[in-house]
Amino acid sequence: MSARPIFARPARLAAIAPYLWMVLFFLVPFGFVLKISLSQTAIAQPPYVPLFDLTEGWAAIKAAFGQLSLDNFKLLISDSLYISSYLRSIFVAVTSTAILLLIGYPIAYGMARLPQRWQPIAMMLVIVPFWTSFLIRIYAWINILQHDGLLNKVLLALHIVSTPVVWLSTDSAMYIGIVYSYLPFMILPLYATLAKMDGALIEAASDLGASPGRAFWLVTFPLSLPGVGAGALLCFIPIVGEFVIPDLLAGSGSMMIGQTLWLEFFTNKDWPVASAAAVALLLLLIPPLLLYDRLQRRTLRGGG
Amino acid sequence: MTEELPEITPKADAVRDPAKPEPPPQVAVSPAPQFEPAADMPLLRIEGVGKTFGSFRAVDRLSLDIRAGEFFALLGPSGCGKTTLLRMLAGFETPDEGRILLGAKDIAQVPPHLRPVNMMFQNYALFPHLSVRDNIAFGLKRAGMAREQIATRVAEMVALVKLEGMEKRKPDQLSGGQKQRVALARSLARRPQVLLLDEPLAALDKKLRESTQLELMDLQRRLGMTFIIVTHDQEEAMTMAGRIGVMDAGRLEQVAAPRELYETPRSRWIAEFIGDVNLFDGEVGWRENNRLLVTTREGVTLAVTEPRQRVTKATVCVAIRPEKVKLSRRAPVSDAANTHAINRLEGVVTDVSYLGGLTAYKVKLESGAVVRASMANTARLDMDAYLAGQRVVAWFTPDDCMVLEQ
Repeated sequence: MSARPIFARPARLAAIAPYLWMVLFFLVPFGFVLKISLSQTAIAQPPYVPLFDLTEGWAAIKAAFGQLSLDNFKLLISDSLYISSYLRSIFVAVTSTAILLLIGYPIAYGMARLPQRWQPIAMMLVIVPFWTSFLIRIYAWINILQHDGLLNKVLLALHIVSTPVVWLSTDSAMYIGIVYSYLPFMILPLYATLAKMDGALIEAASDLGASPGRAFWLVTFPLSLPGVGAGALLCFIPIVGEFVIPDLLAGSGSMMIGQTLWLEFFTNKDWPVASAAAVALLLLLIPPLLLYDRLQRRTLRGGG
Repeated sequence: MTEELPEITPKADAVRDPAKPEPPPQVAVSPAPQFEPAADMPLLRIEGVGKTFGSFRAVDRLSLDIRAGEFFALLGPSGCGKTTLLRMLAGFETPDEGRILLGAKDIAQVPPHLRPVNMMFQNYALFPHLSVRDNIAFGLKRAGMAREQIATRVAEMVALVKLEGMEKRKPDQLSGGQKQRVALARSLARRPQVLLLDEPLAALDKKLRESTQLELMDLQRRLGMTFIIVTHDQEEAMTMAGRIGVMDAGRLEQVAAPRELYETPRSRWIAEFIGDVNLFDGEVGWRENNRLLVTTREGVTLAVTEPRQRVTKATVCVAIRPEKVKLSRRAPVSDAANTHAINRLEGVVTDVSYLGGLTAYKVKLESGAVVRASMANTARLDMDAYLAGQRVVAWFTPDDCMVLEQ
């Protein structure tokens, strides 16, 4: 036997590889989480029942299946803690994405209009923060935002405020952290779309009587929408599930779903409810993904 | 198809000088009258315009007048500055010096969106997110035209370029030729005082290009509009334009009608750039009536007709177009009264290229110089074809020779 039959169809194999990856590292783990979300919590190791034991035969497995229930999901709906966490997550993600877009678009636009030789340097500057650990950068922000931190010192020195402002443990601090951390994810897809745009289109618009502002709104902006969509989605989805930034920078008042999940899982040791919250979060994120997919397909078909 | 298009407000009222004489009629009635503007009143006057990019002199103090209703071509090799000049007319580049007068108003510093001039872009630059209709309507909306008027104008434009039924398509769903038509309709929709065309046919295949050339000419004549086209294709320029400005290194080498450009080039460079030519460098020997005798470097004496503008230099270049060089087996008998009635050069055919409509020959003279001749294949069965290796006489009249001093 030689390896020939396997290598004879490399193309087919290559096509299967991503699916295999998805099944192994996404679908199977998701199956576990889904199963746990339908289980009941127990003081045991692992902390839930029922357990499937394949050695006990068909009847036992069938019985175990019978014990699965949607109770945890009912709890999610009935308990305002979860609902409010979800709502807060969505609210924080929408607000942050909007701020990111407002800050990221002009930066990306400016980068795309730089002379060719400066563009790679600008790109490097956007990426450079990634060379430092994410956690360290958030701790750096704690330092900057604390009572006698850099921000307050600057504000006091410039006489913008007379007494130090409380930044830490506020939503402002959280938004600063989120916007700072996710900005490259917004800038890069926007830059990619704007940089490849044909300059002749803007010239054509101005030739046809559009002022520079109108040319931007009527041509540049609509044509950059795929980039806006990609950037927004790339930020929105992870921000919904964000745990570290709100935990370190925001106050303890209201929690995002990521924090609630953490609490259920590690503090309350309630794996089933935590799993149910995770599954619900995933379901929550499917609609915007589908919407984006549809929009993208439409622009592709319509000629984007 | 109607051509009675409503008058549109020019995109910039600011550009319009109230003192300016009545603008040329922009709406032509079919068949369009041959519009003859006053010779002293060009529509567009370019005065000493210069543009430098870094250390590269793209346009060098260039002056040019363009008459209303004219089809003018800017022709030249790539990098000669023709596109830069066109972009300065459109407003995408600002001249470093000089004036661009449209009517009586200097528009050199006016931004593109305020100029009553439109451009058709080389790669069309159609807005990919807008339909054919919205592409054409784009300029009309910016001009603040009423909705119903826009609809009428768009419909007329669509009919003009024969794109009926395509209004809702996006540029991606159109063929190259259709895109070209949309771009044309879009740039014509505002009824600009001058339409600038930047290599408008470069992206089309040969057959389509030829038919589109004729359509563009027809359109320009019927609309009575002023077209300025930039091209590197001399055949295209000669086919379409009434006058051609040949550019090299940022300067206009010659501005002339196609025939004049070909038959009376002003310089050796023009003679070589436009069409094929045989060149003989030599010294003017003596004058005889209106004849000059030129002794070439190869030692051949050529009789040439002295041009209207008398030759002042001793060193000249004699140029003769290949189709004006005739070949025969024996030397033709010359007019006894004038020994220099015909130039005869003996040689051997070294190369024969059959090109369909004509056959191109290369004849090597005894001096070593090579003369190119081309003869039209006027008969299907040609008994007169010459073969490589054959001894022939290449002959041409003094009238067919051009004398170039530079």
